[in-house]
Amino acid sequence: MKRIASILAATVTMATPALAELELEKDELTFGFIKLTDMAPLAVAYEQGYFLEEGLFVTLEAQANWKVLLDGVIDGQLDGAHMLAGQPLAATIGYGTEAHIITPFSMDLNGNGITVSNEIWEAMKPNVPLMEDGRPQHPISASALKPVVDEYTAAGKPFNMGMVFPVSTHNYELRYWLAAGGIEPGYYSPENITGQIGAEALLSVTPPPQMPATMEAGTIYGYAVGEPWNQQAVFKGIGVPVITDYQMWKNNPEKVFGITNEFAEEYPNTTKAVVKALIRAAIWLDENDNANRDEAVEILSRPEYVGADAEVIANSMTGFFEFEKGDKRDIPDFNVFFRYNATYPYYSDAIWYLTQMRRWGQIAEAKSDEWYFEAAKSVYRPDIYLEAARLLVDAGLANEADFPWDSDGFKAPTPAEDIIDGIAYDGKAPNAYIDSLPIGLKGAQTVVGTEVQG
Amino acid sequence: MTAIDPQQLDDQAAREARKAKIFTWINKADTWFTVLGLGWLTPIFRAIAGDNPKAQYKEIWKLAGVPVLAIVGFMFLWATLAPQVQTSLGAVPGPSQVWEQAVNLHEDAQAKAAKKAQFEEKVAQLNERLIAQGKEPKERAFTGAPSYYQQIWTSIKTVFFGFLIASVVAIPLGILAGLSPYANAAINPLVQIFKPVSPLAWLPIVTMIVSATYAVDGDGWFAKSFLNSAITVTLCSLWPTLINTSLGVSSIDKDLVSVSKVLKMSTWTKITKLVLPSALPLIFTGLRLSLGVGWMVLIAAEMLAQNPGLGKFVWDEFQNGSSQSLAKIMVAVFTIGIIGFLLDRLMYAIQAAFTFTNNR
Repeated sequence: MKRIASILAATVTMATPALAELELEKDELTFGFIKLTDMAPLAVAYEQGYFLEEGLFVTLEAQANWKVLLDGVIDGQLDGAHMLAGQPLAATIGYGTEAHIITPFSMDLNGNGITVSNEIWEAMKPNVPLMEDGRPQHPISASALKPVVDEYTAAGKPFNMGMVFPVSTHNYELRYWLAAGGIEPGYYSPENITGQIGAEALLSVTPPPQMPATMEAGTIYGYAVGEPWNQQAVFKGIGVPVITDYQMWKNNPEKVFGITNEFAEEYPNTTKAVVKALIRAAIWLDENDNANRDEAVEILSRPEYVGADAEVIANSMTGFFEFEKGDKRDIPDFNVFFRYNATYPYYSDAIWYLTQMRRWGQIAEAKSDEWYFEAAKSVYRPDIYLEAARLLVDAGLANEADFPWDSDGFKAPTPAEDIIDGIAYDGKAPNAYIDSLPIGLKGAQTVVGTEVQG
Repeated sequence: MTAIDPQQLDDQAAREARKAKIFTWINKADTWFTVLGLGWLTPIFRAIAGDNPKAQYKEIWKLAGVPVLAIVGFMFLWATLAPQVQTSLGAVPGPSQVWEQAVNLHEDAQAKAAKKAQFEEKVAQLNERLIAQGKEPKERAFTGAPSYYQQIWTSIKTVFFGFLIASVVAIPLGILAGLSPYANAAINPLVQIFKPVSPLAWLPIVTMIVSATYAVDGDGWFAKSFLNSAITVTLCSLWPTLINTSLGVSSIDKDLVSVSKVLKMSTWTKITKLVLPSALPLIFTGLRLSLGVGWMVLIAAEMLAQNPGLGKFVWDEFQNGSSQSLAKIMVAVFTIGIIGFLLDRLMYAIQAAFTFTNNR
C-alpha cells in the first residue's frame, strides 16, 4: 500500500515544473550495483520515484563483483554505478583498467566491518581486554590478532584474509587495522599485483556476498566487507565481527557514484538530474532521525536489491550492530547517508584513498602533493554536485543549510582521537601524512622484487 | 443346423473394422506419444479399447507406474533427508518448502506485472503531456526487475538464438568436411581442440570481443549481454552438429555416390537431392545434442557474466543468502531441468517429423 502511495505521489509531483527544468539528453539509463546496504540511495531513488520525477527511466542491475561492474561502466553497458571510492581514482590514474571515471556524488559514510571466523576469535579473545560486564572492550586492536598470526606463521600456515577488490575501501581498512596492530599486510609492486609482498596476513579478493561462504569453507580466516555481510556471519553463526570502520575512523568516506567523464560531458543535464534524485534519496534515508530506515530495510531485503533477510539488514541500518551473538551495541552512525555532508564529494576523501594506494605500493613511486590534488580534482566533482543541490534548494526540495556551498573541497583535518592508531589525517598534506604512518612506503621508497628500497 | 444371422455377421465385421481403425489410430498416435514423452498413454488407450488387458496392464505398470513410484520414492527420500542437513542458512529445504517458493515466485511475478501496468499507465500519462506540449511521445521499456517467468523466457530466447547461429555455421561446415577428405583434414584438428573448451573459458574472450566490436550507441539490435551469452552458447554447441553432419555426409551409400557421378549431377543437386536426405537423421541427432549442450552452457554463462536469465537468477539468489534462497535455487534447478527436457523433446519431434521414422 505504502509503495502504491509513493508511486501516486510521484505521479502528482511529476506535473510540477521540476520535470521541464532540465532538458535531458538521455533519459533511459542502466545503473549497476553490488548487493550491499550502501547501495540504498539507488534503490530509494527508484522506489520513491525520485528518478521518475526527474524524468529518468532507470533500470538497476545487480552485478557479480566489482570487476564486472567497473568493466560495465567503462564499456558503456552500464551508464553509472555504485562504486568503491578507489575505483574511479585507480581507473583515472591508470592503476588496473584505465578510464576517466568521475564521481559527482558520494554515497555514504562508514558501513563496513572486519569479521574473523569463530576459531580465530576464540584464539584472539584472551588478548582482548574486557569491560566490567565481561564483554570485550571496543574498539579491538589488531594487536590482539598478532599472536594468532604469529602462531600460524610459526606453523608454516599462511594466514589468509579476504577483501573485496584491490582498490577497495575494505582493502585499505583491513590493511590500516592490521598495520595499526603491528601486522604486515604486504605490498604491491608493478611486477607483483597480488599485494602479498612481505605479508604476514595474506589478503585476497572475494566478492562481498560470497565472503561468509568463503570463510565458512575455510579459504579465509577473516574479511573486511560492507553490510550486511558482517551481520550475516553472526546470524549464520560462522564468525564474529571484531571492529567496524566507524570505530577505526569516525565517519570515514565510503562508496561513491561513478560515471565516465565522457558521460558527464555528453549528458550534463542528465548527470545533474541523476545527482538530484540521489541527493533526495540520501535525505530521505537520514531525515527525521533515521525515521525511514525501517522502510529502507524492507526495500533492501527484496531479492532484486540486497536480498538478505530483513532482520540481518536491519541491524546496521537501524542504528545498532551485533558483535558476538547477543552482544548488540548502539552505533547510530553505522550507516550515514546524508548527515555530516556525507554526499558531498570531498577532495580530501579522494586524497586519503590515493595516500593508501601510495602507502601499499599500488602507486609505485613518490608523487608531489600537487599531483594528489590534481588527481583528486579530476575525479571528484563537487561542482556538479553543488549545481544539482542548488536546483533542489530552489525547488524547495532541500535545505540551503545542508550543503557546504563555500567549501574548498577539503574537510577539516580528522583529529588524532577519531582514528584508531591516533594518527591525524589532513588532506592538504598528503606526503606528510604518508610519512607519519609507521608501516607502509614512505618518501621515495619503492618495492623492488620482494624488498622495500630507498 | 445353425444358421448365422447375416445381420449379426455384418455387425461383427463392422465392429472389427472399427476396432482395427482404433488400433491403427492408437499405433499412429503412439509414434507421437513416444516423441512427446507420453508413451505411457498408449497402453492405457489400448486397455480402454479392449486389447488384451493383462498385457496392457503390464505395459502401463512399466511405462507409468514405475516412473511414478520412482518419483514418489525420490520425494520421500528428499523430504526425509533434506531436513537432516543443517547449513548456515538453516536446514536444506524439502519438497514442500520448494513448492512454497515456487508459489512465492509466481505471486511475485504477478506483483511485478501489476507494477508494470502502473508503470505503463504513468508512461501513457507522460506521453499525453508531451503531446500537449507539442513534443513527440516516447515508448519506454519497463525499468523494474524482471519476474521469474521473464527470466525463463530470456534464457529460452538466448539459447535458440545461439543455437541457430551454431547450426547455420556447423551444418555447411559439416557437409564440407563430409564431402571432401581435405576439408575434413583441415577442420578436424580445430574441432578436436575447441570441442572440449568450457563455456567459462569462452565467456571472457567473447565479452571482450563483443565489447570491442559491437557498438551500442543508441539502440543496437541486441543488448551486449544477450550477444555475449548467445555467442558463448554458439561456440559450445557448434561441435555436436558439425561432427554428426560430417559423419552423416561421409557415410552415404557408395552406390548412391556412383549413381550421382553417372548422372553427372551438379554439386548443388547432389547436396540437396542426395547428401542432405540421407544425412538428415544424423544431422538431427547432432542438432539435438547441440541444443542440449547449449542449454547447459547458457546457464553457466549467465551465472558467470550476470547476463539476464535463469543463470543470473540462481547467482543472485546465491548471493542474497536469505533464508529462502536455497529453496528458490532448487525451484530454478527443476525449471532448468524441465525446460531442458522439453527442448530435447521438441528437437526429437522435429527430427521425427523430418525423417519419417523416429529412430533411424
